[in-house]
Amino acid sequence: MADIEYMKYMEHMNYLDGMEAVSPDIMNRVLSLAGSYDYGKYAGKDVERALGKELLTPDDYGAVLSPAAMPYLEEMARKALLETRKHFGNSVCLFTPLYISNYCENECVYCGFNCRNKIQRGRLSMEEMEEELQAIAATGLREILILTGEARNASGVEYIGEAVKRAARRFSTVGIEIYPLNSEEYVYLNKCGADFVSVYQETYNIDKYGQVHLRGPKRIFPYRFNAQERALLGGMRGVGIGALLGLDDFRKDAFAAGMHAYFLQQKYPHAEISFSVPRLRPYINNSGNNPAEVHERQLLQVMLAYRLLMPFAGITISTREKPNFRDHIIGLAATKISAGVSVGVGGHKNREKGDEQFEISDSRGVGEIHEMIAGRGLQPVYTDYVRV
Amino acid sequence: MTDKLIIEGHEFNSRFILGSGKFSLELVKAVIEQGEAEMVTLALRRANVGGEENILDYIPEGITLLPNTSGARNAEEAVRIARLAREVGCGSFVKVEVIRDTRYLLPDNHETVRATEMLAKEGFIVMPYMYPDLNTARDLANAGAAAVMPLASPIGSNKGLSTRDFIKILIDEIDLPVIVDAGIGRPSQACEAMEMGAAAVMCNTAVATSSDVALMARAFKLAIQAGRDAYLAGPGRVLEYSAEASSPLTGFLED
Repeated sequence: MADIEYMKYMEHMNYLDGMEAVSPDIMNRVLSLAGSYDYGKYAGKDVERALGKELLTPDDYGAVLSPAAMPYLEEMARKALLETRKHFGNSVCLFTPLYISNYCENECVYCGFNCRNKIQRGRLSMEEMEEELQAIAATGLREILILTGEARNASGVEYIGEAVKRAARRFSTVGIEIYPLNSEEYVYLNKCGADFVSVYQETYNIDKYGQVHLRGPKRIFPYRFNAQERALLGGMRGVGIGALLGLDDFRKDAFAAGMHAYFLQQKYPHAEISFSVPRLRPYINNSGNNPAEVHERQLLQVMLAYRLLMPFAGITISTREKPNFRDHIIGLAATKISAGVSVGVGGHKNREKGDEQFEISDSRGVGEIHEMIAGRGLQPVYTDYVRV
Repeated sequence: MTDKLIIEGHEFNSRFILGSGKFSLELVKAVIEQGEAEMVTLALRRANVGGEENILDYIPEGITLLPNTSGARNAEEAVRIARLAREVGCGSFVKVEVIRDTRYLLPDNHETVRATEMLAKEGFIVMPYMYPDLNTARDLANAGAAAVMPLASPIGSNKGLSTRDFIKILIDEIDLPVIVDAGIGRPSQACEAMEMGAAAVMCNTAVATSSDVALMARAFKLAIQAGRDAYLAGPGRVLEYSAEASSPLTGFLED
């Protein structure tokens, strides 16, 4: 841990030894565009121009993410609905996350797994893993997302690989939301049965990034930024992108996340790109006048903007959001929804072995979510992937 | 009426092929009935065999399944998906889709030819989804394709026959059923494709995203029949060049 202590004072834009560096071209373009993104310069006519187009340019995307677009949310929603239907029809995919370990050596000021937090830590044994996977599979789900904190000693790549192998026996789609890896490690996990990798940059503001990721490998901004590219180089089929909205200026972060996805898809046209939209809720009793706060209206704006920029990209809605929002956003912008969620370690079969990362706002099980989707005239989809 | 669609010896009365990937599954049966479709495509990746919402459970008996290789990025993956489809009881028809572009979902013609050749050798009845290019269509025919399925415009776009002139070339030159696939958004566009001489039309999004899917399926059925009848009847003379000289251009001839 000594070197981790030292990291607090360390330059966070340089790779550490052992971290694989890929071409910085995408990162440079994203940071350059995001750095000059001035959402105050857009007016209603810029939003109208963007909404009149079939495909948005980065500048159009900047317009629909700007405050000037807020009066156009309804029009954005109508256009987004058409795009979502065009590319996904009635389909809404179902999945659930399984946290297998919450040990973490990162000190991220906003996170429940922060290594300084005195929470109950745990990781699933292989036997417990089987029980959890079996319990989840019994709900009918065929897609699973395996999650861990970042701790190579407690949840190393081989441990995760064993979890993936077990999951792949029971599920048609296995995704991982774990710490960033080198491409040959992604090759290994791909061989074990994982095809989708999610890594969220949290914030694309490099100064803010350094202020909130105080220590641990996560402090290294470019290694995290380029994780999706390394995953694709490692043979993964699809990658997930996201900013933790509300951590910094959400419009800038959403703009950067969109550009990140945009350039990644341009460079790797075969890659299946998806977005997640975690947010920090505004504090209760805060006046609500802070323009950087992400209320549901702002969250909706971001989701619609993602849809308009990348009409073909998946968008996942998590249980951080309330049932009412989740029920209405599927089919409109979101294409995937979690169900039967536990965000502690385990918790599907046995009691949770470790504490939660955050509180969920929607505890409905698979059957209830299924009924809700069908009740809205949409099609619950359990499998949309065949591994070859 | 003896006008049948024949694909490698298999006869179909209907020239309306229905895609299923964008529907609510409980509506699929009504759509098939109203559209009188006899062939339905399905993505193997949606076949949740033995599980919830398995598309195979929603397709009525007697319908010919046309599993597609959606998700394949190259010929080898397409072949593996086709084999899996056959293993789960989807029959010998396969619609080859090889796509390595998530933005526009345009087919990769080169890999499609390779996959077609491999699958035809394995005894599949191969119906490749393709970008309408004459050279590729010839290669597909030589590779053993049972039909070719050129796109009218990008999948889901409902833009109609953006590639009209190139599809017409395939109809004129290729001795296989030419089935117009992808991008057909309205019955009138399907009718036009059939009038041109397409053997059949496939559509999915245009029906699935209608507010009355069964009625729209019926509209497509009727439009496809109308276009087919018009093709068989042979359209009346329509002048393609409007200029008619006021004095004869051949009046100079002396004997």
